[in-house]
Amino acid sequence: MNKSLYARRKLVNQIGMTLSFLAMVLGLFVLLWILLILFKNGFQALSWSLFTDSTPAPGSEGGGLANAIIGSLMMVGFSALISTPIGVFAGVYLAEYGDESRTAEVTRFVTDIMLSAPSIVLGLFVYAILVAQVGHFSGWAGSMALSLIAVPVVVRTTENMLRLVPGSLREAAFALGAPRWKVATYVTLQAAKAGVLTGLLLALARISGETAPLLFTALNNQFFSANMNAPLANLPVVIFQFAMSPYDNWVNLAWGGALLITLTVLVLNIIARVLFREKVRA
Amino acid sequence: MSQAPQVLDSDASNKRMLAVVKRQKWQDLLFHKVTMGFSLLVLLALVSIIISLFYSAWPAFSMFGIGFIWSDEWDIVNDKFGALIAIYGTLMSSAIALLIAIPLAFGIALFLTETCPTWLRRPLGTAVELLAAVPSIIYGMFGLFIFAPLFGEYGQPALQSTLGQMPLIGPLFGGAMNGIGILAAGIILAFMVLPFIAAVMRDVFEIVPPILRESAYGVGCTTWEVVRYVVLPYTQKGVVGGIMLGLGRALGETMAVTFVIGNSQRILPSLFAPGTSIASTLANEFAEAGDLHLSALFALGFLLFIITFIVLGAAKILIIRTERAKGFKT
Amino acid sequence: MKKIISQVLLGGAVAAFGLSVSAADITGAGATFPYPVYAKWAEAYKAQTGVGLNYQSIGSSGGMRQIRAKTVTFGASDKPIGGADLDKDGLVQFPAIIGGTVPVFNLEGFKSGELRITGEVLAEMFMGTISNWNDPKIAAINPSKKLPNQTITVVHRADGSGTTFNFTDYLTVVSKGWAEKVGKGAAVKWPADSSLGGKGNEGVAANVARIKGSVGYVEYAYAKKTSIPYMRLQNKDGVFVRPDEKSFAAAAAGADWGSVPGMGLSIVAQPGADTWPISTASFILMYKNPSDKEASAGVLKFFDWAFKNGQQMAIDLAYVPLPDSLTNLIRTTVWSQINNK
Repeated sequence: MNKSLYARRKLVNQIGMTLSFLAMVLGLFVLLWILLILFKNGFQALSWSLFTDSTPAPGSEGGGLANAIIGSLMMVGFSALISTPIGVFAGVYLAEYGDESRTAEVTRFVTDIMLSAPSIVLGLFVYAILVAQVGHFSGWAGSMALSLIAVPVVVRTTENMLRLVPGSLREAAFALGAPRWKVATYVTLQAAKAGVLTGLLLALARISGETAPLLFTALNNQFFSANMNAPLANLPVVIFQFAMSPYDNWVNLAWGGALLITLTVLVLNIIARVLFREKVRA
Repeated sequence: MSQAPQVLDSDASNKRMLAVVKRQKWQDLLFHKVTMGFSLLVLLALVSIIISLFYSAWPAFSMFGIGFIWSDEWDIVNDKFGALIAIYGTLMSSAIALLIAIPLAFGIALFLTETCPTWLRRPLGTAVELLAAVPSIIYGMFGLFIFAPLFGEYGQPALQSTLGQMPLIGPLFGGAMNGIGILAAGIILAFMVLPFIAAVMRDVFEIVPPILRESAYGVGCTTWEVVRYVVLPYTQKGVVGGIMLGLGRALGETMAVTFVIGNSQRILPSLFAPGTSIASTLANEFAEAGDLHLSALFALGFLLFIITFIVLGAAKILIIRTERAKGFKT
Repeated sequence: MKKIISQVLLGGAVAAFGLSVSAADITGAGATFPYPVYAKWAEAYKAQTGVGLNYQSIGSSGGMRQIRAKTVTFGASDKPIGGADLDKDGLVQFPAIIGGTVPVFNLEGFKSGELRITGEVLAEMFMGTISNWNDPKIAAINPSKKLPNQTITVVHRADGSGTTFNFTDYLTVVSKGWAEKVGKGAAVKWPADSSLGGKGNEGVAANVARIKGSVGYVEYAYAKKTSIPYMRLQNKDGVFVRPDEKSFAAAAAGADWGSVPGMGLSIVAQPGADTWPISTASFILMYKNPSDKEASAGVLKFFDWAFKNGQQMAIDLAYVPLPDSLTNLIRTTVWSQINNK
């Protein structure tokens, strides 16, 4: 055995592993620090009134985040309604006809670009076509901006999940004489349904915390309102407004809101993961 | 004894079968068109975004011409605008962010997949995912209130006394040390994109078939060699995808950057100096912008989109080239 | 999950009940400077009358855009509009609240109000021509104090705002150099090399509190709330005044509101021994002949209520309510022009 070569390889390994370990420690240390601050400050704000009272005016006592929570739920909900059909159908197209069509190649490329597109620019776009034209901010504009962010996520995950379905399953269906559309929907989509749902949940998790696009579209509303055609309160913008204000109850509510968003996204991610694992196991 | 199959009236059954096949053909055609339609909708969205942004930005482009891109003016009172300052801030802070985040993410992913004890794997993994969920404004607040004082007190002096004394890169670390600035923004941005990249890297590292790893260990490779020569090449596409995702977020991140970048419309040689990024400028100045100013902001947004497009497109082409070289069918 | 659903249903039921009770909401948009007091008034007004005021604090320019597009009933602007422009669009303008901007600083050994400054010196600090605290010009105004050797870091607003407009308006009036080099606006090109921007009044306050040797400017409410050290500023009469309700009110009282068409008066650098030099009013814009007469009448009713009942609320938030002489003038000369019968 070549002793010096072995010693060198061992040294390289040790250096590499140590550096990685240090990198990990540094990374995790800072991240866990941030998490700790978020939890500490956020839990202080958690209370029943957080969910029942609306946002307070400057200088007023107490208050909660009810209008922001409802507004966020409404906008994310509508986004889900819009982006699910578009995303799933486009994903089905990419998976089914993706290998034979130029359009599919281009769409895939475009979707990847949109996946990483700066969300503030998407907000600008919706402002230009929806808010400026209509003349006022609205929950619909906010929903549309969020959908633009969510659709690429759904498309990509749907396509990936559909491709994971074993080819033998599809071939068996074809052998039985099923037309192509039936194979794509009744067989492939059905088999991948847990994965597709995962994709949708991940998309929702992604849009729940977005602030910048909502700044130009849905803005915010001090009072409780369920009117999608007017500025609508939402958690991210409320946090943005309250976080560095001089009023203590506002800062408190901002931390509470941040914790709410974090926990919601975590829960959605966990559910998505559990679903996916079940599917893989099956 | 099995019955012999009944002899069907071949003519009628042929007609029925033809009818079914014809119907199925129409259904398939419809299905193809409908799904293609939705797919085209996504394409349409991208095209509309580009067109709409350009249209809103046109007054600024027509007034300043192509020189808008490298002009370092930003005078709101006298209506003179240029994109260079914002582009510089965006690119610099994102570059610093990735330079820091990629090795750290690699370290975390490596640890989670190779050397972490099993009982620790799930909670640590969840913690990393949780961090990807934290609203970015929290990173901004952390940056301004906790990181900036510490950085200004200890970090920046340390950098200035060591790297700041070297010949070529010295000026990068000169000047006033306030704890904020381009470098600070890059660092905070790094910690913001770190969970994304780490989570994706961890996911793709886990998908590597155990047999590949085991065989490498079997012929006597060290852990480092397994990762470097087996795992990384196998997961290359996913890793680059994760980095692209992180880069995309870094380029467009508003909240985390605005708090610590200093929001100053000037380009100075030092990384400790305040600057601004495209997203910060947009978020800060949109509300009170008059007409030409608004158009200039749209022009900045358009340029950011183009930059993202170019960077991600280049990464994609790189992947496709590497895969073709390795023999994958693309 | 169930908890969230039940909360949503509960919230929905409350909302439905609430919505069915409230009358038509009135809408306004614009200035960020007075947002806290408008929001406070809106909350109290809704509690008393059930009418909600939907005010979007999107900035004066945004407010102008929306009122011109007639998507809101009133616009709010920190920058007054000239009389000719008002007539061209068929608008009237009146002030609704008064506030002030305060220069703040961070210098070791100096507490709030211990440092005196004049307008010219302040302008030179923000221009960068004075770059160290021990400059002889600053020392000349503060003969009894020992100023340390500390570089000046200028902190300004990163986002466009009426506070910046007010501050730069003042600097333009007191310093010819500033007027030539920079000018006034909701956002300007800050000349000093050391200048950096903070987001919102909070951002400026946070940066000034943190950076030794920094100087900045914030709305009076923030200075009061965060107890950040402020400077005493020399007014037109030569007195070094402190910022407080008395000095802001003195600025408003001394002004001749009827002198400018559209009441678009700038009240910086007003004469008077007690006046604070960097005071400003924030303005409301409405149509003379509104298309929605009921909404327009509703807005006037709101402001009438606010002028009569909202004074203590404004003072609590560190703004200055308009004196009665001014509100009466508004009612007789401006509101009489609005045709909403």
